Order: sequence, then structure tokens, then C-alpha cells
Amino acid sequence: MNGKTDISRRTVLKAAGAGLIVAGTGAGGLVYGHNDAWAATAENLDADTFATLVQMSRDTYPHDRLEDKFYAAAVSGLDKAAKDDAALKTMLTDGVAGLNKAAGGSYSGITDADKRVALLKAMESDGFFQKVRGNLVTGLYNNKEAWPLFGYEGASADKGGYIDRGFDDISWL
Amino acid sequence: MTTFDMNDDSVVVVVGSGAGGGTLGAELAIKGVKTVILEAGGRHETDDFQNDEWGSFGQISWLDKRTTSGSWRVAKDFSGLPAWIVKAVGGSTTHWAGASLRFQEHEWKAKTTYGDVAGASLLDWPIDMAEMDPWYAKAEDRMGVTRTNGIPGLPGNNNYKVLEAGAKKLGYKEVHTGRMAINSEPRDDRAACLQIGFCFQGCKSGAKWSTLVAEIPKGEATGNLEVRPNAQVLKIEHDDAGKVTGVLYADKDGKQHLQKARVVCVAGNSIESPRLLLNSASSKYPDGLANSSGMVGKNYMRHMTGSVYAVFDKPVHMYRGTTMAGIITDESRNDPSRGFVGGYEMETLALGLPFMAAFLDPGGWGKDFSWWMDNYENTAGMWLVGEDMPQEKNAITLHATEKDQHGLPVPNVHFDDHENDIKMRDHAFGQGEAVYKAAGAVKTFRTPPYPSTHNLGTNRMSADAKDGVVNKHGQTHDIANLFVSDGSQFTTGAAENPTLTIVALALRQADFIAGEMSKGNL
Repeated sequence: MNGKTDISRRTVLKAAGAGLIVAGTGAGGLVYGHNDAWAATAENLDADTFATLVQMSRDTYPHDRLEDKFYAAAVSGLDKAAKDDAALKTMLTDGVAGLNKAAGGSYSGITDADKRVALLKAMESDGFFQKVRGNLVTGLYNNKEAWPLFGYEGASADKGGYIDRGFDDISWL
Repeated sequence: MTTFDMNDDSVVVVVGSGAGGGTLGAELAIKGVKTVILEAGGRHETDDFQNDEWGSFGQISWLDKRTTSGSWRVAKDFSGLPAWIVKAVGGSTTHWAGASLRFQEHEWKAKTTYGDVAGASLLDWPIDMAEMDPWYAKAEDRMGVTRTNGIPGLPGNNNYKVLEAGAKKLGYKEVHTGRMAINSEPRDDRAACLQIGFCFQGCKSGAKWSTLVAEIPKGEATGNLEVRPNAQVLKIEHDDAGKVTGVLYADKDGKQHLQKARVVCVAGNSIESPRLLLNSASSKYPDGLANSSGMVGKNYMRHMTGSVYAVFDKPVHMYRGTTMAGIITDESRNDPSRGFVGGYEMETLALGLPFMAAFLDPGGWGKDFSWWMDNYENTAGMWLVGEDMPQEKNAITLHATEKDQHGLPVPNVHFDDHENDIKMRDHAFGQGEAVYKAAGAVKTFRTPPYPSTHNLGTNRMSADAKDGVVNKHGQTHDIANLFVSDGSQFTTGAAENPTLTIVALALRQADFIAGEMSKGNL
């Protein structure tokens, strides 16, 4: 899969009214949304900005094992922060507009992941990119629902630690 | 709980409750000396700690505003967070991993051993191994250090087993599960380690020694110790004769109080301790207290550090069990044929997924970064920690314009790596990678230094008053009833994790202060 989030699903977005439902990515980048497993709501950013940020987030830290809902959850953090932070809202809105312009119209419309990443690379020192990237460090990797997908088990004290649960179970050395 | 009056000028006031202050305060109380510990942070007990990296970081870290300068990479990656230390009762002993190593004999005599190193302000300590051996022995017993006092070593976890396998294939000889202040069996009314992990986040079983769980309660039980949390000391007061008389502090509401004192001992870590002395400048001491040498804040050391992470083709689960689960000490010797003076330790270290994302390659992104995160389960990790060179220009200074919540200048932390530090780090990275390759690593990564946990040297101990801030007892050269009791006393840093030495110095200093008080000298 090319890691592409298909956001040609504008109809889906519009159907959600003021809100936004971002669909998941299937093999080949096909949308398999409508499963109600997750939904992220754009409260402050416009739907296209939100969806582009989701695509940009996946391109920044691409993980085949992660459904779009994890990236959308991270972007939701930015979206919520934009409520009381006009400068942030402007940065994100203008940043996405700039990205789309650099992409010749639509960043998310570029099907070649390497070409999208090249556009990000060209702007990696910008405050906008760093904001989106920095948000993912916690927004993506500190999402407890994502931890099991990386093989990280999280808190252990409530389970009695690992003394009887494999702290020394390595067998392949 | 015992409380002392603000106007009680017979008490010893200790500023800070970590390895230095917490130990000193408890030991003074045990010796019958009335003591007040003022701790800037809150009191979080064992049950309050969180098995959650970011949650805990927000709970116990020292997050007051600080600035950075210099060519060290921390200034770029974490410009507002030069140090990863704690603001809570117990100080950074709540966060430390437990490695308890004695200095080697030659490390007390760095100047004599290493000779003149260009750009380095090396000095021999005014104390040596023979002087410190009994205090180390006492500290090891107090802390319950494994592999001392007949205490068995901890069992090795998966991360350790990988390290050990690689080290042995590479021919290293000194490889074991460390000398750790973590109970391998019940001791001192504390349980044995449950291999929970999250040692950095405050031990949730109490197996790890900290001043919070092991020293302060003993001091409080005597009725001679009051620990006052949420009490951030702003200034040390003195009389016309120049002797210190008390400290001004702000409580949790920002309200200021003056606690009188017979003796003041500063133990706020190597950034706050010099900052407090500098912020206490007066017409009598215009350059700050105890600063006739001009050395307060200078010679800041942070240890040469770095990490190597390695991915294998099968699971490791490095995060299971103790964070620092084992050590290779072969490289800790002084062997200038390697291209640098001093030595370094190689110690396992594990980060959870959230902190791997933040610290593996700060600022990194894209497919290569994601590959490392995708292979988190198969990752092993080690920390490299060695002696760095003291340099006068590496310093804690008061910021010219930035102020903290109490209106006082924030500290700026300036650091440039010395050429010796860089050569040592390169060597350590190479050896760390060799260890993991010998164990079958698919890929290795050189992770740059984290924000400093070993902050040292900014009120250094010297035989001659012109070379440093305190004498061999940690007593300031300038003011007889003002002491420094934390790692800022360190003349040089040695290769070893500093906590055991800080505790040993604090026990020794308590003996000295109590003795001087009974002789009527203080």
C-alpha cells in the first residue's frame, strides 16, 4: 500500500454536516470508512484542512499498521487547540493552503507517496511542519490504543509487574 | 509530624530533598539535630506514581523556565529543558534508575592522572578513595546496594540478556546486572523488585531506594525533622558579619516566608544551587554568596552521554523489568591509547514507546524514523555514561531578562562539549554498536544525549579557596555556616553514576556538621 489517505470522500464529509468523518485506509489506499469504528470531528478547522492534515500526518510518520483513525485523533488535538488559538488556526489553515499550492492544487490528490514526502521535506524547517510533526510525537505515539499495535504493553504495576510475566523470557539468543 | 517555628534559629535548614539534601536532613535528624528540609516540589508518595511516561513527566519533573546556550545538541533539541530532573520530595532519587557505583581511585585525582588537558579546568579532589571508602560502605548499606553487604544481584531481564550476550561475544569481562539500589530481596522494610519497569517514573513497589521512601521517613520518625514541601527557596539571608541567618521561600500560593537557621545547606541540584547563591547577592556579597572565587555556577558538567538502540529480528521487550538492568564496566578505565582520557560505563536503558518517539532521534521523521518505531518490540537499548571535562565556560548564569514565577532571573545553562567528550562519545557509540552487532542486531542507531540527569560541578570542592566554592566537607570557603550538599560539589565527574557518591558525601557531611555543632563551632 502506498500509505495514501483517500480524501476524495468529500461527500462523506459533507454528509456529516458540520462534522467530519475521516475514513480509514485500506489496501491500495482505498477508503473503507463507514465502519463506525471511529470518527473524528473537525470542530474548528474546515474539513478539507483537517483531512489534509491527516494525510500529512500519515506521510510524516507512516505506519501501515495504523488505521487513519489514529492520525485523525492526533489531528483532533490540533483542531481542538485551534479553538482558542487564532494564530494556530491561521498557521494550520495557511500551511495547508501553501502545501496544496506547492502540490499544484491538492496535496492529498498526489498518489505517489514519495512525491508527497518530497513536498514535506522542502518545508521541514517551517513552523507549520514542525507544529504538525511535534503534535504527532505525543498525539500519535502516546495514544494508548495504538500501543498494542507496536507491541508496547504500557502500565504494569497494576498487573504485578513482569516478575511472573516474561521480563526474562527471551529464548532466541 | 514535627514542625518548627519560622523564628527558630537553632535549626539546620536544608534546601532540597534529593540524594544530597534528603540524606543529609535525615542523617542530621538521626544524630539529634533539629532540621527543616525545604522542598520546592510537592510530596507524591509511592501510590501516587504513574506507570505512564508523559503523565509522570508532568507530575514530577522540574519544568520551571530555563534557557540554554552553547553547541551541545540538547540546546537545539530541548532548548527549554536542559535537565531531566525532579521537583518533588525525594528529588531526582524518585526518577533515578538505581545504579550505585563507587568512583575509581584515580578519578579522585583527575588533574594528576590526566595531566594538563587543553581547555579543561581539571582539579584533584581534596579527598580520596581512602577517605571515602568507609562512607561508601555506609551509603551502600543504607541504600541496600546489590552485590554489596551480601545482597544478591537482581535477575537480568531481556534487555540485559541481549547486552550480556553481545558483550561476552565481544570479549568484555565485567558484565553483570549491576550494583543497584533496588531490593533484590526484601530489606529495610521495603519489598523486593517486581520488575515493573518505569523506574524513571517513581517506583510503584518501593523496591527502589529513594530519599522519599528510605531516608526521609527515618528522619521524620526521630521527631527532629520537618520536611516542608512546596517551599521554593528564593534567597539566603545573612547578617552584617556575613554569616547566613535564614532563607526566604515562597509557598505554594507564592506567599513568602522567612525561615531562620543556624546553618544552611544548599542541595537544589547543580542548576538551582548556584542559581540560589547567585540570586542571594547582597551589598556585602555583590557577586553572590560564597563566590569570592568566581566559581559559583562555573565548571558545569553533565557527563558524556549517548545511547545506542538496536533492532533484532525477534522480540526483546526491553521495557519489561528494571530500566537499568545491567552494566559493562570494561571501558570505565583510564586508557589514553583510546584517544581520550577518562572512561565510560555501558548500562542498559529502556524507554517506553512514547519516550522512544521523543528521544530516539529528536526532530526525526519519515519512513526511516517510522521503521524504528515499527520495530519497537524488537529493540534493545543501552546508555553510555562517562567522565566529561570540566570547563569554566560551561556555566549556570542568571538570565539577563527572563524571570520566573517569583520574579527572579531564570538560569541559563551553557554547555559546549570538550574535544575529549566528543572522542569518548564516538568511541562509546562504536563499542555500543559492536556489542549489539555481536548479538545479531539487524540495525543500530546512535541516539544523542537526553536532557541532563547528571548535573554536576557548579559549586566545586577544592583544597584552595581560589579554585572552588566549598572545602572538603562541602562547607563554603567563604561562609562557615553555609554548606553545599549535592552534586554541585563535585570537583570532577568520574565515569560513574553520581548518586552513591552524593549520598556518601552527605552522610560524611552530616557527621561533620553535627560534630562542629557539638564543638560549638557552628
